[in-house]
Formats: sequence, structure tokens, C-alpha cells
Amino acid sequence: MLSLTIDGKKVEAEAGWSLLDTARQHGIDIPTLCYHEAVEPFGACRLCVVELKQGNNSRLVASCVYPAEEGLEVFTSSEKVNSVRRWILEMLLSECPASREIREMAGQYGVNTTRFEVKDPEEQCILCGLCVRACAQVVGANAISTVGRGAQKEIGSPYLVPGEDCVACGTCVTVCPTGAMGARFERVRGVPSVIMARPGK
Amino acid sequence: MAQQAIDIDIDEIIERYPGRPEFLIFLLQDIQAAFNYVSSEALTLVCDHTGVPESQAYSVATFYNSFSLEPKGENLIQVCLGTACHLKGSGLIAENLMRNLGLDQPGTTDDLKYTVETVNCLGACALAPVAVVNGDYQPKVSSPKLMKTAQKLGTE
Amino acid sequence: MQVTAKNSADMRLGSLEELEKLRSELLAAEDPDQTKIIVCHGTGCVANDSPSVTKALKAALAAAGEDIKVMPGIKTTGCHGFCSRGPLVIIKPSNIFYQQVKPGDVEEIVQKTILTGETVDRLLYVHPQTGETLKTTEEIPFYSGQERVVLSNIGQIDPTDIEDAFKAGAYAGMAKALTNMEPGQVIEEVTKSGLRGRGGAGFPTGLKWSLAAKHQGGQKYVLCNADEGDPGAFMDRSVMEGDPHAVVEGMIIGGYAIGADTGYVYVRAEYPLAIKHLVKALDDARAHGLLGENILGSGFNFDIRINRGAGAFVCGEETALMRSVEGKVGEPVPRPPYPSDKGLFGKPSVLNNVETWANVSRILDKGADWFASLGTEKSKGTKVFALVGKVNNVGLVEVPMGISLRNIVMEIGGGVPGSDHFKAVQTGGPSGGCLPWEDADLPVDFDSLIAAGSMMGSGGMIVMDERDCMVDVAKYFLGFLEEESCGKCFPCRLGVPRLRETLNRFSKGQGTLEDIDDLYSLAEAIKAGSLCALGGTAPNAVLSTLRYFRGEYEAHILEHRCPAGVCKDLITYSIDPEVCTGCRACSRACPQGAITGEKKKPHTIEESLCIRCGMCMESCKFGAIQVI
Repeated sequence: MLSLTIDGKKVEAEAGWSLLDTARQHGIDIPTLCYHEAVEPFGACRLCVVELKQGNNSRLVASCVYPAEEGLEVFTSSEKVNSVRRWILEMLLSECPASREIREMAGQYGVNTTRFEVKDPEEQCILCGLCVRACAQVVGANAISTVGRGAQKEIGSPYLVPGEDCVACGTCVTVCPTGAMGARFERVRGVPSVIMARPGK
Repeated sequence: MAQQAIDIDIDEIIERYPGRPEFLIFLLQDIQAAFNYVSSEALTLVCDHTGVPESQAYSVATFYNSFSLEPKGENLIQVCLGTACHLKGSGLIAENLMRNLGLDQPGTTDDLKYTVETVNCLGACALAPVAVVNGDYQPKVSSPKLMKTAQKLGTE
Repeated sequence: MQVTAKNSADMRLGSLEELEKLRSELLAAEDPDQTKIIVCHGTGCVANDSPSVTKALKAALAAAGEDIKVMPGIKTTGCHGFCSRGPLVIIKPSNIFYQQVKPGDVEEIVQKTILTGETVDRLLYVHPQTGETLKTTEEIPFYSGQERVVLSNIGQIDPTDIEDAFKAGAYAGMAKALTNMEPGQVIEEVTKSGLRGRGGAGFPTGLKWSLAAKHQGGQKYVLCNADEGDPGAFMDRSVMEGDPHAVVEGMIIGGYAIGADTGYVYVRAEYPLAIKHLVKALDDARAHGLLGENILGSGFNFDIRINRGAGAFVCGEETALMRSVEGKVGEPVPRPPYPSDKGLFGKPSVLNNVETWANVSRILDKGADWFASLGTEKSKGTKVFALVGKVNNVGLVEVPMGISLRNIVMEIGGGVPGSDHFKAVQTGGPSGGCLPWEDADLPVDFDSLIAAGSMMGSGGMIVMDERDCMVDVAKYFLGFLEEESCGKCFPCRLGVPRLRETLNRFSKGQGTLEDIDDLYSLAEAIKAGSLCALGGTAPNAVLSTLRYFRGEYEAHILEHRCPAGVCKDLITYSIDPEVCTGCRACSRACPQGAITGEKKKPHTIEESLCIRCGMCMESCKFGAIQVI
């Protein structure tokens, strides 16, 4: 067992646990968006950042991927941590304003409006990539991926048209933290004849 | 018939590398170089060969700048937007060239005569501002010079 | 003079002694009386048509034929660094330095310098301050102020001829390491030298190696980061073009030290000449038994493959680069696990950049103590910089760590055209920052630059003058990073465009001082929260310009004025009636028809039609167009 402190509280962790595992094991809440038990952690949304203090040095790490280490001093809601979360949530409010989940989460951090321009009021997708990872790692279908890069990145099937690799299992819709995948499922799912021909459907 | 010729070439390219995922980018690069773009048929062949799922190959093809999923123009004009070139006005040069060719952003003209690309530093900063026209470096270009070069290519 | 043995087995060198024997034979075969004419075939000189100069030289020498006692040799080399003066021709052994040589000048060089030993004075370099005509390389401040370690062979050897490289000592350090040292001793030597990674962050190289070496046995890899993506940087390109063997040699040493049998060079596709020379170097090294199995009889097997980049700046980040070599999307992954534990294909891996590997070759050849005697206490050795922008001597320079910015820009760089100072020097590429003239005496080393809000980066040094707008420069770098962000982590994907949008507003004269406070706060969040160094350093351009040039930001926001005359929305073009000759070049160039006037009389610009494209200014031969 490893012993470390989270928010001043002494906690124990098993080797191989992440800081997020450790915190949740001890009832300490850390917000996440791109994390799901069913798939490999990704470290992308950065909402789960926590502050590590070592002497006078401090830095932020993503708790979903950072391993618990002996003697770590972890802070899950320091000012530095909360500032990062508030900015991410405020930017998400302008990026995917249609997501109720994001609005609620932002509200918990006191972020109720955004200073940034809203580009698409209907958008819900936060590009956490959970759908892509679930499709690859859980279903094994590899029907969808991220397309493009940077600010232009989106989620889709090849050529953004319904593809044959989709087995219409709906896992992507289930793992989606904002409901965005439900709205675009039709665009990736396989041709109806294939689905209809599947036994039991 | 042209289709057939392309098929033969593609098979030759695909056989250049072992069928493993790590050769995906090599194959896409060679196909891009040979055909000026990566067609969906070519992408499927590459996936069959390397065992990479099509969604992942598509993700790779759209992530990297050097791949184009649509045919490029006959003439490729690249304007360097590296820092040294930027300070010497390459941003305006690119804008002026695109306006002149009727493009509102980097891309290919409707008549498939030109593709204009902006590149992030060619490492030829002593020649700033630099453009590369069909592979040839054009040191110290100006808007009028580059437009004239483009016009000449169009009439060839 | 390449030995052209058909059977490659003939050329294989079986031991350190055989390599040294070949080296002395090659040196002994040189004719001490033979003049050598060196023509620079680096990318810069080639673009200025140096191959035509070479061709003309060959013809002129052949024509002079019988008049010449000992026929000079012509050697084409990599970049000499003085790119703004190309094409360069140097006559050895006297080192006469001819600049901006055209094919038409060649006949005179042969007739005068080769036949009678006179110089062609009009091709010599003239000191811009003293007006003195300087005859040899050594006299020119651009060269005399430098300390060339990594660049020592570049410009001296034919990079496509391994025997020429042997004569200059190539593979001596590697032979010594493989023959006389244990892997642990090699790591110790590199650690003792104090070498820190030249790619950006300055991580101690010996330490990096020891972390990978501690994994006993099993598959490991070494990689060379040649994805030199920083705009305004071309050090690594020149090293690969001009002395690819230094990189190959360094990687063999690294592979031996950590126990890797395979190396990968990940090189930008934008560098075709570098790739060509690397491929040739690898082929030649294999043919000589310097790559492959049982290198120099040491029992060590090692080979190197080349991966071409596919156009993604983020692949300069080590974990993204490794994903790209695996054929995947170049998205960084969180560390830990570090590549030294789990890198390429999940195996322990060491990634160093081109300049670091080249330094390794020199350290093993000349010793850690020699290397550690150069530079400062914490930044040992030299650093190669690409000196570009508003500086007289644009080119590549190598200096000991710790010399001042002033020395580099004003002495070696020959100063700023039309000014006695620079406004800012940008170092560290998009991750770095802008340093003001007040910092001219700052010692250039890893730690001083970070303390000043910039960083060493890979070595781009962009000089800016009063006509460069700091808001525009910050906006430029953010635009660059916005385009190059992989889009994986939220702070970078969402935050960098927002920083850029805020600067966009400033450059239009909009925004408030409060926006500056928000900018600081968001910048800190992006720095602290991003997954990789691309996002983690992205705000530096804004933060450093705000730190040193806040007044310029305020001029945009409060006075709606761009003091440098760059930001399109805040400037107007006009024609100076005193200077305008009415030649109509501008009115013909104007795409908007905004310029009118009678022939041979001063013209005027109708401001409401003007789109500030600058075409008039570019077309005016008299400098009559002004920007206010």
C-alpha cells in the first residue's frame, strides 16, 4: 500500500491506482468529462486536474492518468485547480452551449455565462473522444474516429457518411457525457439494410 | 482505361512496405506523391494491406497537413508563413495571390489549375519572403512577382 | 574521390584500427598543393542558383585546362551559414571568401585567383560599419565571433562523400566508444560533459539515457527528432544537409549506450535535401560496416530508419512523434509513463534532437572535459542559432552558451538594418517569447532565457525592429499554434483560439484593459492545464510581449493606434506627393482601383476603397507610399 495525502487527509492507495481512483475510493469527488471506467484513461478534458505540491514547487496533473505515489501531497480544489476548471467550463459554454450537463457543471463552479462568442447554439459535442474509444476498445468496431485536428476537429465516420463498420450497438450514445452522440448517431450508423438483417433486431 | 493504369501503380506502391500499421503514413505519403491526393479507393487498399481500421486511417489522413483527400491543382504554389517571412509581409503576399486567383482561403481553384498552400516555415529564412512554385524556391518574392509567375504557369 | 567498389563487403571496416588506417590513407592521398574550390550547396545557396555557379566553374576550369599546373578540386558542401550572402565560393587553403557569386563571375575567379593568386576584390565581403574589404573567412566578424563545434565540418566536407567525412574525423568518437568503452562509461562521459538537450527544454542528456539504460535487456529504441518545426529555425536542416554523418554517429553511440538496436530519424518532409543526404549517409555507413551487424567488430548491431513527417508541428513533441512513427495520429499522451520506460511501440526509448546527437559525436571524440570547458556552469557547450528577421547577417551561427544577445545580434549578426538597436529578439519558436533591447546583455543560456520569460527552444532567433508590431507578433504565434494544436486536450484546443481572438480585437483597436487581465488569467490556466508542452508554452508569446511591451498593447486598445504601422485596421496608406512621379505603377497594381491621378502627376489613394493589401507599396519604385 502507498500512503499519500489528498486535501490534507491521509489516504492509502494500491500500486497501479491513479490519483482519481484513489480519491474516489476515499469519497473525494473530482469532476471528469473524458473519463469512463470502461475505457483507457485519456487525459484530455483536464477537468480532473489536481495540484501536486513538492516543497515550494507545485504543478497540475490530470488525476485520471497520474499514478498514486508514496508521499504525494495532492490538492483537488485549490485556487489554481479551480481556475483551470472555470476557464475550461466557460469556454465549453460557448463551444457547446446546448449541453445541459455542461451548463450544470459550470454552474457548480459559479460559471453561468460566457464571455466568448457562441458559434453554434445547437452544439453539444465537447470532443472528449469517449465515443471513439468505446467503439474501438469496448465494441471493437472502430466505426468512428476524430477527423481533422485542432479547432477543426470533429467526431465522425470515414468521409463523414454512414459507414459499414458501425454495428448500431449504441455504445457511443451511452458513454457520451453530453448527449451529443445521440443527436449525430444517424450520421455514423450503418445502412439500415445491414441493421435490419441482424438477428434479434 | 486511366482507372486501370492507376490501379497498377497503386499495387506497386502498396507492395513497397510490409503490411503493418506502422507503414500507414509511409503508404499515404507515397500515394499522395504519386497521385497528388489520396482517393477513397486508395485509402481502402492501404487499410486492407496494413490492417488499420478505415476510421483510423481516415483520422490520420485528415490530421496531417500533407495529405489531401481531393485532387490538387496542376500547379502548386506554397507561400511560407514562417516568422521571418511573416515579418517581411508574406501574409499579405498569400492573401493577394489568393484574391488574384479567386480563392478566399488556401485551396484549389475551380478549374484545377492552381493549389495555393501556406506552409509554416521552409527553413529558408535568409530568402524571406519565400514561395515555392512547383518545387522551385522563389527567393524574396513580392505580390506582383508571384502573381506574374502564377499567370505564366496558367498559360503554359 | 569516392572509392567505387562494386562489392560492398570490400569496404567493410572490421575494427577501430581499420577505420583509422583508412583515414590516414585518405589524408595521405591528398595533394597538399591542390587548390580546392568550395561551393555552398545548402538550401539557401541552391535557391540562389549556386548549382549554376558550380557548373560554370567546371566549364571554366576545363577551358583553362593546360594553363593550370595542378587542377583544383571542386567540392560542393552544406550550408556555410552566411545565407544572406549566397551563393558562396571559398578558395582553399587560403580561405578566400567570395560572396554573391554569379555564373558570370566564375571566369574571372579562374583567371585571377586560380591562375595568378590574385583576389577578385568586387566579390569580397565589405565590413558594413568600417567599409573595410575583408579577404578571408577568418577576418569576417560573422565567422570570427563563432565557436563551431556542431558546425565544424559543415561547409568543409562534401556531405555526400563518406570518405571526405572520414578525413574530417567522422566516426572516430563512435569507434572509440564501441571499442574501448562499456555502455555505462559512454553514459558517464555524456553525463560528465553536461550536455543538455538542444531541442527545447534542455533536459540533461546523460540522465535521459541512464533512465532508459536501467531497463535490462529487451527491445529499446533511440530516435532523432529532426522535425524542426519552429518557424524561423533551420539549424537541424543545415546539420543534416551539411554533415549527416555527425547525426548518424551520435545515434549509434546512443544506441550502444542504452542497448538499442534500432534508431529512427523523424525528419520534416519539407526538408528534401536533408532527407537525400541522410539516406546517402546511411547507405554509405552500411557499406562501410558502420551500421548493421557487428559494427567495427564490437559485436554491437544497430541500424537506422528514416520516417518523413507528414505536416504536423505537434509531432516535434516527443510522445506525439513516437505515435507518428507508429503510423498513428500525432497526439501527445500524458507522462508518466515516460518514454524512457514506455516509449516507441511501448518500449524504452530515448529521443534527442539533431543538434544533440551531433554534439554526442564530438563529445565522444574529444572528451567530456573539453566539452564542459565551453559555455557556462549550467549550460555547457555551444548552441547553434538561426539568426533571421531584421538583421544584416541572416544565417546560421554557433556560439558558446552564455554570450550575450547583443554580441550575437549586433556583432556576429552585423546589427539591425537602419538602426543601432533591435526592438525585440524572439527566441524559442512559438513556445518562446520576445526579449526587449533592455535585455541585450542577457547571457544566452537555458536558464537565463527562461527567467526572462522566453526559452532557448531549438535555436530560432528572430530579430525585430521598430516596424514590427508586438501585438501582431503575438497574434501570429497564437494563430500558428491554433492551426497546429492537435485538439486533444481542452485548454489548448479551446484556449489558444480564444487568446488569439482577444488579440485580434486588440489589433482592430477594440477591447479594454480588463481584457488584458482576463488574458493573463486564461494564459495561466492554459499553461498549467494543458497536456503537452505545445499548449503549456503557447501563451508565452502573449505573456512576454505583455511583460515588455505593454505600452504597445495600450496604444492599440486605448488610442486605436498601431505604433509600428502593421495592424491593418489601424493604418492608412497615402502617397507622398513630393516623391510620387506619377508613373502609374501603383494604380495598375491596385486591385481595388483605389488609386487615381493624372499621368506624371502625384497620385492619391481613395481611403474608402483601400483594402490595405500593400500592393501599391510593393510596386512603387520610389518609396512614395507611406503607412501611418
